Amino acid sequence: MNRPSLRLRLAARGFDATTLLVLPGLAVMLALFVYPFIYGIIDSLMPREGVWYSNYTRFFTDRFQFATIGATLWLALPVTIVNMALALPIAFRVRLMRRQRLLTTILVLPITLGTVFVADGLLTFLGPQGWFNRALILVGLLEAPVKLTNNYWGVFASLLITGFPFAFLLTLSYVTGIDPAIEQAAATLGAGPRQRFFRVFLPLLVPGLAVTFCLAFVQAFAVFPSAVLLGAPAGPTRVISIAAYQAAFEQYDHSMGSAIAIIMGLVELVVVVAVLGLRSLFYRGPAGGTKG
Amino acid sequence: MIRDQGIASKLWRFSVWALAGLFVLNLIGVIAAVVMNSFARRWLGTWLPSGWTTRWYFDAWSEFQLSSVVLVTFQVVFAVVLISGMIGVVTAYALARRDFPGKRAIILLFLLPLLIPPLTYGIPLATVLYQIGLGGSFWGVVLINLVPSLPFVILVMIPFIEQIDPRIEAAARVFGAGTGSLFLRILLPLLLPGMLAALLLVLVRTIAMFELTFLIAGPTSQTLVVALYYAVFASGVRASQSIDAMAVVYMVTTLFWLVLALQFVSPTQIVARAKQQQAS
Repeated sequence: MNRPSLRLRLAARGFDATTLLVLPGLAVMLALFVYPFIYGIIDSLMPREGVWYSNYTRFFTDRFQFATIGATLWLALPVTIVNMALALPIAFRVRLMRRQRLLTTILVLPITLGTVFVADGLLTFLGPQGWFNRALILVGLLEAPVKLTNNYWGVFASLLITGFPFAFLLTLSYVTGIDPAIEQAAATLGAGPRQRFFRVFLPLLVPGLAVTFCLAFVQAFAVFPSAVLLGAPAGPTRVISIAAYQAAFEQYDHSMGSAIAIIMGLVELVVVVAVLGLRSLFYRGPAGGTKG
Repeated sequence: MIRDQGIASKLWRFSVWALAGLFVLNLIGVIAAVVMNSFARRWLGTWLPSGWTTRWYFDAWSEFQLSSVVLVTFQVVFAVVLISGMIGVVTAYALARRDFPGKRAIILLFLLPLLIPPLTYGIPLATVLYQIGLGGSFWGVVLINLVPSLPFVILVMIPFIEQIDPRIEAAARVFGAGTGSLFLRILLPLLLPGMLAALLLVLVRTIAMFELTFLIAGPTSQTLVVALYYAVFASGVRASQSIDAMAVVYMVTTLFWLVLALQFVSPTQIVARAKQQQAS
């Protein structure tokens, strides 16, 4: 019996000329992402002095460096939680609106402004003579201007402005993905608004909210320019990306810089994996109402 | 649609809208502060500037060598868009049409750059680029920007391609179309709206991409956002109005492309599409 030709056997498993079209993209990623990454890992294990792991011990024994992990999480986690807490109720209201386009356009704006523009604007807006302080004094909430720039709160505000629209858009797309008939069924059976939210919507939304949390967290965790411009880059907002940048491009120790960059990626992945792991404890199934 | 009429729901509804309003108000405040300052003659300790002028724009234009920065920005951005568009569409086509062992791993590889902070892969990549002599050069900036934009194009394009019925391609084959004319006369026209949307979004993202460009850009290969960062970073050396004038130039540049992009896609749609892809 003749075996089918190699070409046919490959085609049966999904390999043919069309599959080969994946190669250019794959080559670019291997050259620009995988290779540098492996290079970085090896580079981080070849420190300027000491044994192979001494970059890592240096990082974890030096309080000034080690504290950057805490500083980053202390910024990124609260901002992400606040963003989600704001995005969810607003998305629930917007889902009932007919003209969502204008609102969504306004909310997309800060994403495109980018962190540097927002930082520049906030320096003026939140400054001691800025409109924010002036308005609060005018309505009598404050007696003297509060310091909101060059500290934790400046960076917090900038992450809120650039992160909220993103969290909102994602949440909105998940919320609108739930079939309204499910809510109507719950209402028909006599569920009040609170019950409908906690017993119907929330369980259906948890997987989507977990993904939104992760993506919003990834953005906030990577904070760099605003932590320099709006924060106190030598003090409470010395985030891990500043530490990595300084090591690699200010002290020209690329081995240490790579080590910190990899620690940064690992810390972030731990949080993401933990959140996605928690998600699997909840309901998994369709949120749409169409017949399968 | 269900509307609750109790006092508690009304209060709740009001507070949600108040919160959204407050956010938008502060956002407008931030943008207005920059725009107003860029036209201000003098603005110290008052609600509004003491007078208006446009001279800061001329100052910024010469001080920051904006004409060459804007030129470099567009060269970089269009190179990134062109390269990631050509490679991305081809790769997305293969991933959308064929099922093969290892496909999930390849999709994960394209997802990773979007999930990892830019500096994490940016620092090793910049180190490699400096070692092969591309540090500070135009092509270094283009290459480093390809890492997040190529996966972005691919992930946005896969659902677009999946929507096209493969029987259309089969019909064209039956009538004797070769691969080249199949692509040019059947696929390209059908894919054009999706490609346009994906590429405009890559364009906006690349203009705004600070971290990666910052790592590799030299004096002659700075994009607008990096030049703006240096200006704000060294503020005190230059008049704040002229920095803000530059910020306005930056905003107008991204805004132009964003408005154009929004003609083709609705923002929630993009997110929903990206989400579908990640779920698979």
